[in-house]
Amino acid sequence: MNDAVHSTTVHAAGVDISDLRKSYGSNEVLKGISLNVKPGEVVCLIGPSGSGKSTLLRCVNLLEQPNQGSIQVGGFEATDPDVDIDKMRRKVGMVFQQFNLFPHLNALRNCSIAQTKVLKRSQAEADKVSMHNLERVGLGHLAERFPDQLSGGQQQRVAIARALSMNPELMLFDEPTSALDPETVGDVLSVMRNLAKEGMTMLVVTHEMAFAREVADRVVFMDGGVVVEEGVAEQVIGSPAQPRTKEFLRRVLDPTHINIED
Amino acid sequence: MAMTARQRARVSLYVQAGIFVVAIAALILATDWKTMATNVFNFGKIGPMFPDIFLVGLKNTLIYTFLGFVVGLSGGLLLALMKLSSFPLYRWIATGYIEFFRGIPALLVFIAFGYGVPLAFGVQWNVTIIVMISLGIVASAYIAETLRAGLQAVPKGQLEAARSLGMPQWRAMVTIVIPQAFKIVLPPLTNEVILLTKDSSLIYVLGLTASQYELTKFGRDGISSLGAGLTPLLVAGAFYLVVTIPLSLLARKFESRSARTKR
Repeated sequence: MNDAVHSTTVHAAGVDISDLRKSYGSNEVLKGISLNVKPGEVVCLIGPSGSGKSTLLRCVNLLEQPNQGSIQVGGFEATDPDVDIDKMRRKVGMVFQQFNLFPHLNALRNCSIAQTKVLKRSQAEADKVSMHNLERVGLGHLAERFPDQLSGGQQQRVAIARALSMNPELMLFDEPTSALDPETVGDVLSVMRNLAKEGMTMLVVTHEMAFAREVADRVVFMDGGVVVEEGVAEQVIGSPAQPRTKEFLRRVLDPTHINIED
Repeated sequence: MAMTARQRARVSLYVQAGIFVVAIAALILATDWKTMATNVFNFGKIGPMFPDIFLVGLKNTLIYTFLGFVVGLSGGLLLALMKLSSFPLYRWIATGYIEFFRGIPALLVFIAFGYGVPLAFGVQWNVTIIVMISLGIVASAYIAETLRAGLQAVPKGQLEAARSLGMPQWRAMVTIVIPQAFKIVLPPLTNEVILLTKDSSLIYVLGLTASQYELTKFGRDGISSLGAGLTPLLVAGAFYLVVTIPLSLLARKFESRSARTKR
């Protein structure tokens, strides 16, 4: 019964994306992406804005509908028109750049609402799971707070706890620290680091190169809707092979570098 | 001698106040107070209106308004969701309905349901049902637009977050989006109740029995029976204010509360 509470070993799912294409009108933002994430693997997607990395992430739980190609998520064929989207999404946790906590519910209810309404857990059990996950992100003591009473970093950690409360087998992070004050970024990243250690499959769109280098098993560099380079984090970030990757990393890693052409 | 900007502003304020006082004085002087005393402010003769204007009239006005609002709110929510639907036919129906019933006087709707429906279908409805439907139909057209704006004011990320937790569309709307939208639309919705309270007076076009009288009907009746001129209407008007002013204050309270916090 209390599996949901006590499971520290994650049942992780993998993702298999092949030849994924997505256009908005005549603007093709994903030009045939293939990407494989093994169960328990942490993959960071990096690249300039507009490169399609967020769109790719949003395609995985069908917040964006791909035009072509296939996505397999933990036994679900996401691109199958008959797929039970809601059932599939229960296995896929999503963390947004803007947190998107429910402002009319306190932190605990934010975590428990989908458990009771979707997984049909009892309120008592849902609250127990929520509390466990809030403690996991270090916010058990703020469970009664409403989102507007929390800092950005705390809100994002509640959002992570909310996603974890559904016992997902895969977590998607869409620039989770981009909207945060610099001093709260570290707390969120350390929660994510622990999650990675526990064996969660994670697909993370991020600009935090230090985090990617330390936590990611693999790093994928995207630009212009294609995967330009992918490999072990140390290699892609430390010694990139492609000129476009080199140029991108030179800009993000060296804040004093000013490109006159921009 | 030239004045400073401050002095000029002060003089202009005095002039405005002066014009106002003069206008009021002229109005008071021009009024035939003798006639007014017998025909408008003849409070000595309105005794027979009580306590029924309160026990029956006010009660019925409140009941009619409430029923109209309940129908209007449910209909309005349905129309708002139809208007936001991705299915074009729903959008067209909702748009047609809203434009039609916002565009014609509420009085015509009352006549249509009070006299037209019995003629067309050979049924005789209870007055309460006619009011409920007529007011509800008019109210739903206005409320639909208010609710649509409220629903659209809830950030798109809320629906996305709910959906990505595995909630089906309807569940996400019911549990996440609609409760937030209602907080946004509480002030305009309260104003809608004020309009309905006044529109409930339109029921006078139907034949009413004494127990169905609402405030305005009481006032009109008093004009012909009490010999106090228009005084009974003044009394009825005062009763409307007893209902509408607190509602107005309530709307303002909702407004300042939602301005303070998003919750």
